[in-house]
Amino acid sequence: MTTIERRPTTLDHLEALESHAIYILREVVAECERPVLLFSGGKDSAVLLHLAVKAFAPGGLPFPVLHVDTGQNFPEVLAFRDETVDRTGARLLVASVQDAIDRGLVADPGPTGSRNRLQTTSLLGAIQEHGFDAAFGGARRDEDKARAKERILSFRDAFGQWDPRAQRPELWQLYQGRVNHGEHLRAFPLSDWTELDVWQYIARDRVALPSIYFAHHRDVLRRDGMWLAVNEFVEPRAGEAVERRLVRYRTVGDATCTGAVESSAATLDEVLAEVATATVSERGATRADDRFSETSMEDRKREGYF
Amino acid sequence: MDLLTRDLLRVATIGSVDDGKSTVIGRLLVDTRQLFDDQLEAVAHASARRGVGDLDLSFVTDGLRAEREQGITIDVAYRYAATPTRKFIIADCPGHVQYTRNMATGASTADLALMVLDVARGLKEQTRRHLCIAALLGVRAIVVAINKMDTVRWSESAYSAAVDEVATAARELGIADVTCVPTSALLGDNVVAASLHTPWYVGPTILDALERSDAGAWDSAEGARLPIQWVLRQPGGGRSYAGMVSGEPLAVGDRVTLLPAGISTTVTALRGPSGPRDAAPAGVAVDVELADDLDASRGDLLAREPLPTVTRELRATVCWFGDEPLRAGARLRVKHTTRSTPAIVEAVESRVDVERLEIEPADALATNDIGVVRLRTADPLVVDDYAQHRVTGGFILIDPVSNVTRAAGMVGDPGLPGTSARA
Repeated sequence: MTTIERRPTTLDHLEALESHAIYILREVVAECERPVLLFSGGKDSAVLLHLAVKAFAPGGLPFPVLHVDTGQNFPEVLAFRDETVDRTGARLLVASVQDAIDRGLVADPGPTGSRNRLQTTSLLGAIQEHGFDAAFGGARRDEDKARAKERILSFRDAFGQWDPRAQRPELWQLYQGRVNHGEHLRAFPLSDWTELDVWQYIARDRVALPSIYFAHHRDVLRRDGMWLAVNEFVEPRAGEAVERRLVRYRTVGDATCTGAVESSAATLDEVLAEVATATVSERGATRADDRFSETSMEDRKREGYF
Repeated sequence: MDLLTRDLLRVATIGSVDDGKSTVIGRLLVDTRQLFDDQLEAVAHASARRGVGDLDLSFVTDGLRAEREQGITIDVAYRYAATPTRKFIIADCPGHVQYTRNMATGASTADLALMVLDVARGLKEQTRRHLCIAALLGVRAIVVAINKMDTVRWSESAYSAAVDEVATAARELGIADVTCVPTSALLGDNVVAASLHTPWYVGPTILDALERSDAGAWDSAEGARLPIQWVLRQPGGGRSYAGMVSGEPLAVGDRVTLLPAGISTTVTALRGPSGPRDAAPAGVAVDVELADDLDASRGDLLAREPLPTVTRELRATVCWFGDEPLRAGARLRVKHTTRSTPAIVEAVESRVDVERLEIEPADALATNDIGVVRLRTADPLVVDDYAQHRVTGGFILIDPVSNVTRAAGMVGDPGLPGTSARA
């Protein structure tokens, strides 16, 4: 048996991940004509935008940011979105699900129904309207088993569909951004980051986040095994009790399907400690949309979801 | 909390269908507690629904509907594990021959291959093919799980026979670092926890072997290289050139040559993601300022000696993924570093017989064939031999109409000691 001597390496894992992400951002901007960055106001898109600013400093961002707005937002996240856009000088575009409903493109699920899946129509509409040929997203492969299968540059046909059985080969770091008219790419610079990597990086670089990622008191109710915030979109049904609890969010999505977790972690160090010892995955703990079936994410992704 | 300063090791799995590759990865993740309770529960539900026992660990990585239905791996699944000193990115690669392009996708970025073989069945053709591709792609170390040891009653002689077979193949392929481990991924023996069934074995577990392995052996290539990705305008009218360093570190004060133009200049400033620095090793995204005002743009390359070659004629080893055979006269696009240019296949010279590890004359490459071709390109490329430099030696061939990637290419002959250098 060969004994392998370990050499001291020069990059730690955060430096390696950070440089790789910046490399991907620059490569896509160079290869594609009209990129856009999808910005939800969540921690992953906050890190992605932070990396994009670094990649193109000292100039401004060479692409706009797009918020797909379900109209069912946490107010803290909308405020964070606007502050971030002001601070970075990014050009903000909003694709509104309400607008798609008003124009009759999708059916209105009602005032308290989830608009999560309807985002796909608004997203694909915005991509077509603006002629975007690449959309950066903050998705990570550790989030879900379908995402674990996806390329860093992921091809979408003219209908916005992902075909997981016929993905382009992706050799070395030769990211290939060529598409024909009407087709586009999704680019995921954070593919190889885990939830813990993201939090370590946020702590290292002091990346700003919406306040709801840290422990706070909130009125919540128990539904489908999750704590949902009580607000204009989520009202108690018969038998559901409203309680005031100390909670925080691990992910940020549509207010109707994103659950809070009970937590007293109010600082970055406390959140890091909590994430490092978590026993439930972030989507499992907080996303009702992934619970319908084994392949919820694959099905949504095939249609063109984030 | 001190959770920082780990290094990164990229691992690709190799093995034939049914040898237990996905189960080894599943076991590695379960026993290092990388899986969350809800993910384990989902695997248990999926296993129960298909009547495959308590916990079919392959469901951990076979994430697509079609994969679960057919019980095979179609595409690479990426999984992540971390110990206190190291983060692992594990590319679980498919075994079927028609998905070789996906296997190459996973192996092209790997520092190390984790190979799984069934002790009772030995080295199958598919495994041999994958090992060959991994070796061509430059994987220089393998950890081998000699798996399903429970089915041979933990026989040391069965294990030794498999080890000999692996050692022979590795020697023919020029893979120097080989660590074999007797395992039963199904039962958990020697994957993370040492086995009680193999008292005759004193080596590392799979996890130990992965932790000890030498990460980033490619960083030691000679000569710094910086393919220019993008030009950044600096305040005051100057410009800087952005890209990722490969090979040796690049430092302020280095004499570098802009290629293909061939103009010498000096690096006067260097910035990484967190600001100015004196030097940057391979893998750091930087931007540099130069002493002279040059006409440099995307596709050009800054190099420190020994310099790469500037050429429009390439002799290269390619792994062909196209559905139609590759023949002389084919017109494709080549993407090499940050440069893309039209290319014509001048000749197909030979192909590698993966089973016998011999190079034989050929005038076409069928789907999934590996062979040597000569290419002519419209613009000059700045290349190193792939065996010396992964970044400046690797390229892809793209279909100019559909834009699909058709081949992985490596400048130079296939570096297989078991084959002759020229066909």
